[in-house]
Amino acid sequence: MSGFLAVLVIVLIFIVIFQIAKASEYVSILKGEKKARQQSNRINGFLLIAFLVLGLIGVYYCNNLLKGKILGESASVQGEGVDTLIYVTLAITGVVFVGTQILLFWFAFKYQEKEGRKAFYFPHNNRLEVIWTVIPAIALTVLVAFGLKHWFQLTSDAPKDAAIVEITGKQFNWLIRYPGKDGQLGRRDFKKIDEAASNPLGMDWDDQLSKDDFMATEVHLVVGKPVKFVIGSRDVIHDVGLPQFRMKMDAVPGIPTTLWFTPKFTTKQMKEKTGNPDFTYEISCDQMCGSGHYSMRGVIVVETQEEYDAWVAKQPLQYSLAHPAPEAPKADSTQKTVAANIAKP
Amino acid sequence: MSNEATLHSQQEVMHGAHDHHDHEHHHEDNFISKYVFSLDHKMIAKQFLITGIIWAIIGAFFSVVFRLQLGFPDATFPWLESILGHWAKGGRITPEAYYALVTMHGTILVFFVLTAGLSGTFSNLLIPLQVGARDMASPFMNCLSYWFFFLASLVMMASLFVQTGPASGGWTMYPPLSALGDASIGSKIGVDLWLISMALFVVSQLLGGLNYISTLLNMRTKGMSMTKMPLTIWSFFFTAVLGVLSFPVLLSGFILLLMDRHAGTSFYLSDIFIAGKALANEGGSAILYQHLFWFLGHPEVYIIILPAMGMVSEVLAVSSRKPIFGYLAMIGSLFAICILAFLVWAHHMFVTGLNPFLGAFFVLLTLLIAVPSAIKVFNWLTTIWKGNIRFTPASLFSIGFVSTFISGGLTGIWLGNSSIDIHLHDTYFVIAHFHIVMGVSAFFGMFAGIYHWFPKMYGRFMNNTIGYIHFWVTLVGAYLIFWPMHYEGMAGMPRRYFDYSSWTSFNQFGGLNQFISIVVILVFATQLLFVFNFFYSIFKGRKLTEQNPWKATTLEWTTPINPGHGNWPGEIPEVHRWAYDYSKDGRDFIPQTEPIGPNESAH
Repeated sequence: MSGFLAVLVIVLIFIVIFQIAKASEYVSILKGEKKARQQSNRINGFLLIAFLVLGLIGVYYCNNLLKGKILGESASVQGEGVDTLIYVTLAITGVVFVGTQILLFWFAFKYQEKEGRKAFYFPHNNRLEVIWTVIPAIALTVLVAFGLKHWFQLTSDAPKDAAIVEITGKQFNWLIRYPGKDGQLGRRDFKKIDEAASNPLGMDWDDQLSKDDFMATEVHLVVGKPVKFVIGSRDVIHDVGLPQFRMKMDAVPGIPTTLWFTPKFTTKQMKEKTGNPDFTYEISCDQMCGSGHYSMRGVIVVETQEEYDAWVAKQPLQYSLAHPAPEAPKADSTQKTVAANIAKP
Repeated sequence: MSNEATLHSQQEVMHGAHDHHDHEHHHEDNFISKYVFSLDHKMIAKQFLITGIIWAIIGAFFSVVFRLQLGFPDATFPWLESILGHWAKGGRITPEAYYALVTMHGTILVFFVLTAGLSGTFSNLLIPLQVGARDMASPFMNCLSYWFFFLASLVMMASLFVQTGPASGGWTMYPPLSALGDASIGSKIGVDLWLISMALFVVSQLLGGLNYISTLLNMRTKGMSMTKMPLTIWSFFFTAVLGVLSFPVLLSGFILLLMDRHAGTSFYLSDIFIAGKALANEGGSAILYQHLFWFLGHPEVYIIILPAMGMVSEVLAVSSRKPIFGYLAMIGSLFAICILAFLVWAHHMFVTGLNPFLGAFFVLLTLLIAVPSAIKVFNWLTTIWKGNIRFTPASLFSIGFVSTFISGGLTGIWLGNSSIDIHLHDTYFVIAHFHIVMGVSAFFGMFAGIYHWFPKMYGRFMNNTIGYIHFWVTLVGAYLIFWPMHYEGMAGMPRRYFDYSSWTSFNQFGGLNQFISIVVILVFATQLLFVFNFFYSIFKGRKLTEQNPWKATTLEWTTPINPGHGNWPGEIPEVHRWAYDYSKDGRDFIPQTEPIGPNESAH
């Protein structure tokens, strides 16, 4: 019923607008085309300048309203460069934006058709053309230079001492694997994947490096220590998005990718900094991957070295989960969650 | 009334350089040959336009439906269940339906509306009329071009009604998601239909594009040298070149995808474990598809925006009563954009693991596009400077175009810089960027074109008052919708999410999303008002009483008010000057057909 009423109201509004529009057309015919045009010119000229003024106020207001909800300080050392570049670009494009919009609407308002005004025949001027070719070119050269400097830093090789974490996307969650004490990930083969046998990644148990690898439900990182993510996918393309660290990398089946960064603040520190007790570092899937794309959430916990060591000590090795001893002691709760996560289709 | 003489001058100044086509009255058109399988470029233009309008309503309506979900994730809308059935059980759309809607919204708007509906309409209408030709080089190919588009439309429409739903992997249709029916319900028959429809669409584009190019290169009237052509024609030329060179690459990418789906090949597939089993495919690269796709995909955005630029240039000059500033620079920048369009595709792929060294070149070339774009903007600004501007709906939409092109273009400088793109890639910032620059801008260019050339198409005017309301609501609404999305994107909020409520990083924008959705509904309703105005005016609009209502210089206004097939009843007029002699030597305008006078100043 309410839907019907809403439609009725909309139709009524349409009819009213239509009747007014038709009437105003008759009026303008009666008044003569010239007079009608002058009147609509005045109205639209005023609206253009009003739009400019209100628009710029709106931009300022919108910024005040929303600036607290975005960016924040970068949570990674490498992200600081991205932020600097964003602010430099914002300054340059911001000036151009305000300047050109003012010129556009001001000119439109100022040079609206007036009785007796003659338009100025001004087909070209080489000096002007050169000026506004060269100035943007210089500004862009600066931006390209800054941008590439950061780009090569961000995509450089990870430091030798960086911790390694493997993140593999699948519909619709992340599989996280740590290399264990040896610091090296064991071989994998997608044909060895066997969910029932606790081997969701297809780890090759003949490879000695696999024996001490362990899987986790959350990524745990040590604050201040560089970490390298080795990223892959089991089915379709996913993307490891780390908004607080300003990092992102696709997870492509068959083609491993990497990214690295150094977390600056622990999760606890971020809770205090943001004043948000629920703050969590999240991994968002940023590449459309199917119907559960929006729920493909991972969690990163950044903590001190002691907390991290304590956490690692509690993680069961994947090898032992996949090869349970006949009279294995009852698995603790962490194991259960890992196993439950793995069992998810 | 000095124009009076010039209006009729076409009857006098006729030289026999052109062969005599006695097109008028030489055949009686029946309904089928006049309105259905018409060979008249003007009718084909109208067919493209009206089909485009129908698709635009459908595509925009889809966005209203998914904006309801984004703005009101907890609310239920029982009427949705009535139209969508089990795709919206209980009045709330399912994730599958959401992704299908998003995908179809993108496909429809990018290809069917802003490619076929925009350049299909205006290239067809204006190329013969403005270069002085009786029709296209091959009217039959032109007719085929529309009917292939129509077939593509039918197949795409059919895909909406199959049981497993239409394609739902995003309009870019990335494999493996689009290659494997097990990965997504939309990747079953939906993707096959999508690929078939798009293949037909590519055929339509090639038939059309080749025709546009050969017509404007070979069939210009006497005196119409390339540098006397209006900028509209130049922009249609570059648009057609872009399409002809890049659509075949897209088609090849689609064929490989089709083979991966049905012929057991592994072009895009490797190392995949899905639905409980490992697939046999090895050695393929999912990234290969992205290269093939974006080799069209990026030129595609210029295919969309160049015609709008051309029409805006024309409308701004006519309504400012001034020549377009820097005509040659405008052509040069179109040319530069056209070349660069082919060299920047990988900026869509900065985070795919692309070699960073290679990425650096794409950063450089991408940001280089800002230079010709800046030239164009400054030239438009100078065109209206010291003009005598009449605010018709067409000129307002042109001013709106320049405004949104600036806003959306500047954020391109952000995204083209790979370091910033890492953070903003696939977030709402990208949505804001391309909706403003190629969605809203291109639509503004299209609206400018429709309002401006409607009198030529139908011999009547559209209603101005509704036109003004349409413009102001759309301009304000577009900024209210897309401006705040930049902020959401800065927070890293990803695109194509069905629901954000479980995310602590992105759930702070609930109120904002609601606000945006409400504005979307209002703007959508206003577009319906435009559609009503369009169809009403075809039959009941104020009739044209003069040949040249906007006092423009170009050739289309020398044809009769309702031109028949063949456009000019007598001989095709000869051209003596460029298209932009406005306010020259104290005269309001000098038509292209008027010979250069002895005492005339040079431009």
